Amino acid sequence: MAVSASRIASRQIANLVFAGFCILFTAFALAALAAILWSLASQGIGGVNLAILTQDTPAAGSTGGGLRNAIVGSILMGVEAMSIAIVVGVLAGTWLAEYSGQSRYGSLIRFLNDVLLSAPSILVGLFVYQLLVERTIGHFSGIAGGVALALIAAPVITRTTEDVLNLQPTALRESGIALGTPVWTVTRSILWRAAGSGMLTGILLAFARISGETAPLLFTALGNLNFSTDMMQPMANLPKVIFDFALSADDNWRRLAWVGSLLIAATVLAITIIARAFAKEPNRS
Amino acid sequence: MTTIAPEAPRVHADDVSVATIDSSRIKLDIQGLDFFYGKGQALKSVSMSVARNSVTALIGPSGCGKSTLLRTLNRMYALYPGQRATGRIMLDGEDILRNGVNLAMLRAKIGMVFQKPTPFPMSIYDNVAFGVRLYENLSKSELADRIEESLRRAALWDEVKDKLHASGLGLSGGQQQRLCVARCIAVKPEILLLDEPTSALDPISSAKLEETVTQLKSDYTIVIVTHNLGQAARLSNYTGFMYLGELVEFGETAGMFTKPVTKRASDYITGRFG
Amino acid sequence: MSTIQDTAGRRTTPRGAYFEPVFEGLCFAAATALLASLGGVLISLMIGGWPAFAQFGLGFFTTSTWDPVRQIYGAAGPIVGTLVTAAVALLIALPVAGAVAFFLVELCPPILRRPIGTAVELLAGIPSIVYGMWGLFVFAPFFAQTVEMPLMAAAAPGSFWEALVQGIPNGSGILAASIILAIMILPFMAATLRELLMTVPPQVRESAYGLGATMQEVVMKVTLPYVRRGAIGAVMLGLGRALGETMAVTFIIGNSHDFPTSLFASGSTIASTIANEFTEATSPMHTASLIALGLILFLITFAVLAMARLLLRNQTRG
Repeated sequence: MAVSASRIASRQIANLVFAGFCILFTAFALAALAAILWSLASQGIGGVNLAILTQDTPAAGSTGGGLRNAIVGSILMGVEAMSIAIVVGVLAGTWLAEYSGQSRYGSLIRFLNDVLLSAPSILVGLFVYQLLVERTIGHFSGIAGGVALALIAAPVITRTTEDVLNLQPTALRESGIALGTPVWTVTRSILWRAAGSGMLTGILLAFARISGETAPLLFTALGNLNFSTDMMQPMANLPKVIFDFALSADDNWRRLAWVGSLLIAATVLAITIIARAFAKEPNRS
Repeated sequence: MTTIAPEAPRVHADDVSVATIDSSRIKLDIQGLDFFYGKGQALKSVSMSVARNSVTALIGPSGCGKSTLLRTLNRMYALYPGQRATGRIMLDGEDILRNGVNLAMLRAKIGMVFQKPTPFPMSIYDNVAFGVRLYENLSKSELADRIEESLRRAALWDEVKDKLHASGLGLSGGQQQRLCVARCIAVKPEILLLDEPTSALDPISSAKLEETVTQLKSDYTIVIVTHNLGQAARLSNYTGFMYLGELVEFGETAGMFTKPVTKRASDYITGRFG
Repeated sequence: MSTIQDTAGRRTTPRGAYFEPVFEGLCFAAATALLASLGGVLISLMIGGWPAFAQFGLGFFTTSTWDPVRQIYGAAGPIVGTLVTAAVALLIALPVAGAVAFFLVELCPPILRRPIGTAVELLAGIPSIVYGMWGLFVFAPFFAQTVEMPLMAAAAPGSFWEALVQGIPNGSGILAASIILAIMILPFMAATLRELLMTVPPQVRESAYGLGATMQEVVMKVTLPYVRRGAIGAVMLGLGRALGETMAVTFIIGNSHDFPTSLFASGSTIASTIANEFTEATSPMHTASLIALGLILFLITFAVLAMARLLLRNQTRG
């Protein structure tokens, strides 16, 4: 039976169309990234000046002003969130990798953590609102904002910690145990060290994730037009400022919203790139 | 490692020969040891003695249980739920399989070196000091002396004495394996378990490690699992041949390699299977 | 204790042995804290939303009147808005994400693989609020000009098409929100798909090429079916993200509680409604209704994400 030439030709054409479609859509995705970065740069850079760092958010209708209160608030809550999330995430990831074994409870937590990884962040905000804002503290506060962000960062750290610990060879654990070392000393002194750069990547990615998070802060930290470092009080933060200012009709506010977006995006992209660099560092011997 | 070869050649049930050792020279006495991975049985009623200050080699085809036997001697298997051993293993007259044995202490007395080198992610110095610091409060100079002594005994000192604070991961494979030996003997164990210690090494590094083992022989009781019959013949005083979870033949190495008693050992040693 | 004697006069237990159970307990507690936080989210939503369900019953799901003044709350508008925007976003993102993944695995010159892969990851890293800003100020005017106006002008009066595209051509609305959502979920789906395609053993691909199959045939008939389960999981993961996405949608969906009737109409999603109204809720019933909305979102996304994880688990984790 002869192979039909026209059949081969039509297959080739289908293939070319398919390849063209793949290239076109990839170009489209890259164009979207470029368009977003270009908008940020063109709209944001013009508004950048020293006052951004030294002055607080201005009143509506005024000129000038900066984002100092929001930047400081975001940093404070970010530090609080990461301190909680690193402790919880590293320990939980360690438990899953080193202690959970085949237990059903371990599988359950692994599964729920994966769900938590991509759960809507606004629901975390609602939870922390009811837990801390409404029932415990009684008002909006920086503390509550940090807790909400921690709940978003912790699952990321848990997952990467578990994954990189699982990559460590069994013989490494056993050779620690074979010296008569307690398991937890093996974990801390040998495994955490061997898995260090991978764990650091996870921590950085978690930080990147929360530095742009807005939804969970809306009803936990709220926002604050003034400069404040009191974690028990409502606290300004960049995402919330962008949200409020962008939707206003005030040109100065909109300018600040663009600058804020540029700041956040630049931070996130920088952290992501640094994290990737760590991840590529070969340390699995 | 845990699977058992499906087909066994037909042999006579009495085709087993286990020599005994004079009781005054016994360091470890294994009596009726059965071992289970979950439902699978990996060791069947193994009984043998390990003589003090000598090298005992365990040989046999893959999956015969020789590594499993080694891992019962420091109860490494206890890390894994579902693995259990029954029978008795007497160490200086005490059963180490008993519940309530201080496992950390047991393992400090019985060092182990693995197939692949496992340097810890820290400096050469800290690698060797790691186990020592767990058990002893030594002064700085005492610790430094101990580390030098251990590295010398592992025949590594001359190669690393100028870079003790460099990472252990930067050494060659053979050096890493000798570092692991040094790390073991720094804790001052009485027994060393070597699990195919040269299988990941090139011939020259293997020869160096063998030399190290020969030097350690006079002070330690050594049990070595090996695939390499030549290595077993060169290094050991006693050899156990294992097959399908059974100890088929055990005796002095010289006798075992020149005139094995059992057909299975003789087939294996002459290269007819395995 | 053991009688295994310490001959060398050392400690009988290694340094730190007593903290072993403490450390394991701490690790266990941390893992349990994660479980508790997910449980806490669910329980707090149930408690907080209960008054709304008790008051409105099934009507909460089926009516679309959302009137804080008269204290009447029906969530059909936001629920449908959530489902429609997520579904449309998925329809748009799916072919693009597939194309990007196929490009990276099969077509991309090795030199470009890292940079393009990283670019896709960066797209995933851009925060939601930045997408919102961009959507509102850059994308919406462009969309109104080049898509909405021409389409509305072209639709025949009285036709089905006219109904589908009616509304105010201001660039915001259901379709605009869906497109922004699609851009946001695209990189997640592309990255997961790519990872899955990389797990196909090279021999499988090579033997298909060896039979003379074209690239398109290899991808569509061999590698994609090979990772089918995981690919469905990746799609569900994207859907889960689209359902719960908040800020970008809030910026561009128009925020109307009416039942969405056309692609260009203003609408709302559950998340955008909560984001807009929660801090300004006027009465306990308003707050309860918003939390009840949150519970509905939780249940929908939990189901989708759980399904996604179950499908993905076998293929991306041992």
